[in-house]
Amino acid sequence: MERNQSHRQVANMRKALFDQRYLDEQFVQLEELQDDVNPNFVEEIVTLFYRDSTRLILNIEQALEKSSLDFSKLDTYMHQLKGKTTSIGAIRVKNECTQFADYCNAGNGEGCKRTFQQLKKEYSTLKKKLETYFQFARQIGPVETACRSSY
Amino acid sequence: MNLGGQGAKSMAGDGVSDLFPVGLRVLVVDDDPTCLMILEKMLQNCLYEVTKCNRAEIALSILRENKNGFDVVISDVHMPDMDGFKLLEHIGLEMDLPVIMMSADDSKDVVMKGVTHGACDYLIKPVRIEALRNIWQHVVRKRKNEWKDVEQSGSIEDGERQQKQLEDAEFSSSGNEGNWRSSKRRKDEDDQGEDRDDTSSLKKPRVVWSVELHQQFVAAVNQLGIDKAVPKKILELMNVPGLTRENVASHLQLFPNVPYRGTHNYSHFVQKYRLYLRRLSGVSQHQSGLNNSFMGPSDPTFGSISSLNGLDLQALAATGQLPAQSLAMLQAASLGRSPNKSGISMPFMDQRNLFSFENPKLRSREGQQPQMSNNSTSKQVNLLHGIPTNMNMQPNPHGSQSSSLMNMQMSQPQSRPVIFNDTGANQISRLPSSIAQPNLSNGMPSGVVLARDGSNSVSQASTMVDFSVHPNTDFQGNSFPLPTNNSRVSIITSKGLLQEDGINSDMKGSRGFPPSYDIFGDLQQHKTQDWELQNVGLTFDASSHSKTQGSINVPPSVLVNHGFSSSQNNVQNRSTSVGKVMFSVGEQSGHGNVQSMGQQLDSVLDCNSLRVKAENLPEASGQNMLFHGQFSQEDLMSALLKQQEGLGVASNDYFFDGFPLDNLPV
Repeated sequence: MERNQSHRQVANMRKALFDQRYLDEQFVQLEELQDDVNPNFVEEIVTLFYRDSTRLILNIEQALEKSSLDFSKLDTYMHQLKGKTTSIGAIRVKNECTQFADYCNAGNGEGCKRTFQQLKKEYSTLKKKLETYFQFARQIGPVETACRSSY
Repeated sequence: MNLGGQGAKSMAGDGVSDLFPVGLRVLVVDDDPTCLMILEKMLQNCLYEVTKCNRAEIALSILRENKNGFDVVISDVHMPDMDGFKLLEHIGLEMDLPVIMMSADDSKDVVMKGVTHGACDYLIKPVRIEALRNIWQHVVRKRKNEWKDVEQSGSIEDGERQQKQLEDAEFSSSGNEGNWRSSKRRKDEDDQGEDRDDTSSLKKPRVVWSVELHQQFVAAVNQLGIDKAVPKKILELMNVPGLTRENVASHLQLFPNVPYRGTHNYSHFVQKYRLYLRRLSGVSQHQSGLNNSFMGPSDPTFGSISSLNGLDLQALAATGQLPAQSLAMLQAASLGRSPNKSGISMPFMDQRNLFSFENPKLRSREGQQPQMSNNSTSKQVNLLHGIPTNMNMQPNPHGSQSSSLMNMQMSQPQSRPVIFNDTGANQISRLPSSIAQPNLSNGMPSGVVLARDGSNSVSQASTMVDFSVHPNTDFQGNSFPLPTNNSRVSIITSKGLLQEDGINSDMKGSRGFPPSYDIFGDLQQHKTQDWELQNVGLTFDASSHSKTQGSINVPPSVLVNHGFSSSQNNVQNRSTSVGKVMFSVGEQSGHGNVQSMGQQLDSVLDCNSLRVKAENLPEASGQNMLFHGQFSQEDLMSALLKQQEGLGVASNDYFFDGFPLDNLPV
């Protein structure tokens, strides 16, 4: 009974992440890659993503603090970030990346900075949500797999 | 070739591998650890064999160390140490592997850049597993196109590919294997029906590297400098209408390993390159003197093989222009004697260039008919004319039974030397055979001559397939039941097509496949054959022979006699055997001897066997030789009891570029 409830809870959390467009279909692809060999594959990838992108975010932040913006450098950074975020299906963050790149191409420094703040917000929101989700999913164990069909 | 190996294991009843592309060897390069990890997992899920790498430079060194170790490369575009396009360029020039680019950057110009740099695909991140499940097609397509490249512009294969071919020869020991491949290939062709590259093979005029064109090429390379001579720039400098970057690229692959300046390979490369240029100039001089018309019209039409009534071989008539010199030379060589003994003594470096030019016209052997002479475009020889047809014709599923005509056609559709010279010769020898010998047939030994550069930095491959067909067809009584009423043999050299029993197969093949492969695919339904390859592979180090060869007169008769025999355990059928020999020797003669039905043919070996004097050639497709033998059992019986002829067909190409080794007297 209680176990069923937590199942439903995790399933709802997951569903919410998709419904609110935090995640897209790419995340499902990652879930499908999860198997006996890598039972925690999705979580490992997400962890790797946040560890890996932290430095990149920092680089962008520093680049944005400069008096004259190096748009091509910013663009390169943003492509890297975009590649990572799309790979885990973080669609909201990815949308900010795209917006940022557009401002970059337009040479709009203010737009870049504004978008970057929004990007960081999405980035950390997703991180919190995913952490919570994984925490719950771990508690109920492998049954989580069965909930996947709910998407 | 991994492909083939897998296929061999997984042969299904219908001849198509179920397991392929399991085990496809993929190198994935991405500096982004997240993406790399996801890609690795996805590729593993596709059951590919994945090697991951987070730096382009490392990827390149992995590839250089193990050139044959991968089937396809997937690379990110944006990488800090080396631009993905740069990596793509290197891989294209050095390994010629299919490269798939990927990036989150989906802007049109970046995708276009990937395409123009030679990427076979461009995946937008996030890469989906569905896309990765399909990447094997690039491997198949690439191989197929490579084959075509050889056909079209004479690119030189590298040593690894020779190795592959050797392996392929081994794989071909299974009829099933061949069948799988041909099915696979046919399927692939079907799949690519709309593919531009695919359909263009007959429409697009082949690029013939004439002396003039090549000199333009060389001039362009010189002007650019060795390390800047990329196909695109060469093409721009050459400014030849109709010439494509691909043409130049494959031509450039004559010296594919362009190391970085400063590396230890670089000086070696320069040396190699100079040697190459020297060869160019050397041959050019001779070229003019010989009036070698190797710029043969190309594009043989092989269309109507199916209607092999032996009579419509014009359709198969490829055009070929063979200098008489080379013909004579071949004949001399194949006879193992050289009347004029054109001794060649020259510095070893030039020897390879000059070798065949130094061979003056040699007498033809009695009874041999030089079939090719300068500017002859199409030759067709019917050796067995007027064989009575009829007699107990049995139902023939293929409808071509009524013709008992052994039609022999030799064609040299394109003599397209990469460097410039292409001398080839064909010979037909009529062989008397004793009636007492109940030999249904002798097989066709075919020599595949592969060149391997001793230094390995420029490995040149050549595939030359020589078929000699010795259908000594004697029937004593009806003691040889043929599974089918009608047997035909059509052999296309350098494409490796052998047809029998009315199966039609086309000339397209991919280079990675052994010439015998189509044959088997087609024959397989009728019989099983055991193919034995003996004496496959001789490799000689160029340097060691260079010393000894410095001033040695090398008459063609002093050649390596490379004997190989293929035997097959098939009593029921006309036996066809294709032996493949890999040589690294500059010149040699292959001695083919086929036994069929346990009948030793040693007594007529000298007559029957084909001796091939072969030099390495950069391209195999320079010539095609067709042999069509078509006859029904009864026809043959009636006809051949009276008339027995052996056909020995030899063909040779001489490509100097692919002639890295010196003659080896044995």
